[in-house]
Amino acid sequence: MNFVAVDADKSAPGRRFGSVSGAAWLLLGLCAVFSVLAPGFLSGANLVNVLLQATILLLLALPMTLIILTEGLDLSMGAVLSLCTVVLAVVQIDSGSIVLGLTAALAVAIAFGLFNGLLIAAFDLPPFVVTLGTLGAAQGLALVAAEGRTTMGVAEGLRWFWDGSWLGLPVPLWLAAFTWAVIHVLLYHTRFGARVFALGGNREALRFGGITVKWSLLWVYVLGGVCVGLASLLLTARVNGGHPTVAIGLEFDAIAAVAVGGTAFERGKGGLTGTVLGVLAVGVMRNGLNLLSMPSSVQVAAVGAVVIIALWIDAARGKA
Amino acid sequence: MNVLAQNPGLALPHLSPEQRAVLLRLAVLGLLGLALSLAAPAFLTSGNLLNVLRQASLMFLLASGLTLVILCGGLDLSIGANVALSACLAATAIKGTGSIALGCAVGAGYGLFIGLLNGLMVTALRIPPFIATYGMLWILHGVTYWYMNGETIHGFPPEFRMLGSGYLAAVPVPVYLMLGVLLAGTVLTQYTTWGQEIYATGANTEAAALSGVPVFSRRLAVYAFSGLMAGLASLVFLARLNSAEGDMGESLTLQAIAAVLIGGTSLFGGTGTLVGTLIGALILTVVLNGMNQLGISANWQPFITGVIVILSVLSDALTRKRQGG
Repeated sequence: MNFVAVDADKSAPGRRFGSVSGAAWLLLGLCAVFSVLAPGFLSGANLVNVLLQATILLLLALPMTLIILTEGLDLSMGAVLSLCTVVLAVVQIDSGSIVLGLTAALAVAIAFGLFNGLLIAAFDLPPFVVTLGTLGAAQGLALVAAEGRTTMGVAEGLRWFWDGSWLGLPVPLWLAAFTWAVIHVLLYHTRFGARVFALGGNREALRFGGITVKWSLLWVYVLGGVCVGLASLLLTARVNGGHPTVAIGLEFDAIAAVAVGGTAFERGKGGLTGTVLGVLAVGVMRNGLNLLSMPSSVQVAAVGAVVIIALWIDAARGKA
Repeated sequence: MNVLAQNPGLALPHLSPEQRAVLLRLAVLGLLGLALSLAAPAFLTSGNLLNVLRQASLMFLLASGLTLVILCGGLDLSIGANVALSACLAATAIKGTGSIALGCAVGAGYGLFIGLLNGLMVTALRIPPFIATYGMLWILHGVTYWYMNGETIHGFPPEFRMLGSGYLAAVPVPVYLMLGVLLAGTVLTQYTTWGQEIYATGANTEAAALSGVPVFSRRLAVYAFSGLMAGLASLVFLARLNSAEGDMGESLTLQAIAAVLIGGTSLFGGTGTLVGTLIGALILTVVLNGMNQLGISANWQPFITGVIVILSVLSDALTRKRQGG
């Protein structure tokens, strides 16, 4: 079954290209519209800003692609990310050690990924409800952890991860590129990646594929945890502290990026290139609406509309 | 909990599994009540118990619509956001025109409209329910924040506030609404073909369609019903709070899901009852109220609700596995 699903994906370049080009057209269209409507959109400073803002979203959208490829979903990412910024900030400020703070944040994020993955893979529970439950749990823990503690004003060294640059490029871009490269290799050049595609192709693979397949499903969610931990490093550095609701709803932007990028729910088709373009499209849309002084509420509604339209097109294609 | 109900050693005579499940949940509710009355003296006062009933009735209104959606094999994550927008629109209508009837019509009508949109996305556009309604959640949040622009609408006529905080023969008014919906919903789901077709659709959509069930319109109808219930709940919520804000009702979705799942409705579709959901709403309200009485920070509430959701799904899945052999 693995081989059938993987071959089908590789032997249908037209279809894969088709969805990728959808995201590319959307990105181009948005850029064209905003460069006319929004003064300052095309300035170098703004474009760098769009790229920087997109890095955190990319860190969520990359593992979300794998999760959705397995017909799963992780609604807890935004809440866990918020929790991690609080953990990172509190531990860093209390102990003075950046390494300790990052270790704690990564540990929390991986624990949540492991917990999600375990319930979904071992007990075959529906991912959206499991992660909705952990969303609540993480949100509650974040509120409790931030209660009566100093969470703002982190060390200069930690802020470097957002403000700093290395070899002439901003640090967040390096981190995002590195994560993309690792996940690209994992998805397209390992057996783990082949199993991820196979899991989306058919649910039976999970039931009859034995323990290895279940482990793969578990690792997909753990990978999500690792990326959320890394994203918390960038986000904490960016806002100069932790906040229990700072990233609430960010998982929806990630889902939007994946959906726009052509990764299909329920069919195990799609890929990372589309997601990268989708992340840029969502980033450009939010940035452009922002330049047009649209409030963030309108941006949120626009992202919601984009998701529904993307899925509608996807469903209509599946029918044709 | 279901696992226990399946154990022949504990079997009670002359009772169907469903009845046993209900009894078990009532026992859990009783034990929780007992423990709380011992631990927190303020719990077992008539004032607090009426408060619990009032909160539970709001939760049940939301959860009743969700129960039908889940019975039918779907999911509605937009109900909390639906409550917020419907309440804000109803508030504007009441403030603008002074007419309570118009306000109620706007709130309920808007809730119904959003439910219909959800239903159309799931049926006509064939978008997976959890994604469609999750998208709707963020669209509604966005629209509500934009519409309210950070403002608060407060101060409504006493006749309207009766709906949320009034009493009729010493019983809170929302409790009558709850009983009305429970009665109508139970008759509809248990004693009509329409209801049986919803169970059939949830249990196996393809088989139901092949045997002539109008799957399309049944699925559309449950989402519309869920939206209508959210609209109704928004009026009760608005009347109780006596103010409307953009971020109201955000925690209600997770609580309603928890109530449905504690009540024994299976996420896999086709099994569950509204009576179960009522008991689920009571259990969750008693837990949250009890935490309050014990002086536990309200910040723990989403955590506890989330844990309850996970435990309920786990118990549901393990029961099904056992039944499936």
